[in-house]
Amino acid sequence: MTALNLAGLIAAAADTIAAHAEELTVLDQAIGDGDHGLNMKRGFEAVRAEAGVFAAKPLPEALKAIGTKLVMTVGGASGPLFGTLFMALGKEIAAEPDRADLTAAFGKAIEAVAARGKSQVGQKTMLDVLQPVHDALAGGKTAAEIADVADAAADATVPMKALRGRASFLGDRSIGHMDAGARSTALLVRTLGQAIGESA
Amino acid sequence: MSNVGIVIVSHSPLVAEGTADMVRQMVGDEVPLAWCGGNGHGGLGTSVEAIMGAIDKAWSEAGVAILVDLGGAETNSEMAVEMIGEPRAQKITVCNAPIVEGAVMAATESSGGASLKEVVATAHELSPS
Repeated sequence: MTALNLAGLIAAAADTIAAHAEELTVLDQAIGDGDHGLNMKRGFEAVRAEAGVFAAKPLPEALKAIGTKLVMTVGGASGPLFGTLFMALGKEIAAEPDRADLTAAFGKAIEAVAARGKSQVGQKTMLDVLQPVHDALAGGKTAAEIADVADAAADATVPMKALRGRASFLGDRSIGHMDAGARSTALLVRTLGQAIGESA
Repeated sequence: MSNVGIVIVSHSPLVAEGTADMVRQMVGDEVPLAWCGGNGHGGLGTSVEAIMGAIDKAWSEAGVAILVDLGGAETNSEMAVEMIGEPRAQKITVCNAPIVEGAVMAATESSGGASLKEVVATAHELSPS
């Protein structure tokens, strides 16, 4: 992964979020406050606008800076959660990570997100996608297989009852809808996995 | 004497401003006070950047107590404290208390010269446990 094209990854992520912003908003309207798509789009467009600045930094510094930008621009509760994911990843990852290093850093980043959201797996949040993705990464799966794991994990949030976030106010009425954060996480996993696969 | 600052963070700018107005009228001007609310784009929500700005505005060497409404306000406030960083972060506490009662009681405690720990404890007493 030494030839990681960070600017390319940023563009791919921003394109995906923009293409699915409407879908994410519809998901969030069902059980949240209906701004997830717009919030994520604003955040990733802000990151895209400074892609050159981020890409010029060593990978750990770049990830921390991207996380900070997401915190400041995504807004809502998603800003700190996605921002923390990238910031913690930057804090833990090596400048030229191999798969084992990426897996370990990703595990630490998930712990940071769980602490930030005072949440755990099974509560119908982005963690319900992040954890299976980490396990697939640790289990040696390919990028395409990991993306499928992420999609299945997002689908698996549908029958869950939300225990964190705005959706938790709905109680049983949150059952039957996919968590918007889980969906956006799965979208990013597929996009980044593909882009990394192509540049590896 | 520097009194503990109070920051009010609500998803609604109207709730935040109204709460701050209550604090001012009931407690007076000797407590550093700031509020923020809304997502910065005209909607309901909270913004880390706005919270950091409010902390700056209400900053006191005695510390700052933050009163929040719903979950996202707490998450964003904790993030803001972390991004402000040490050494100031040690003197900032996000309170687990109802926003209106908590803000008024915390400010009342602060106006008497109480420490951050005492101010926070007073707010926490209001929280249903």
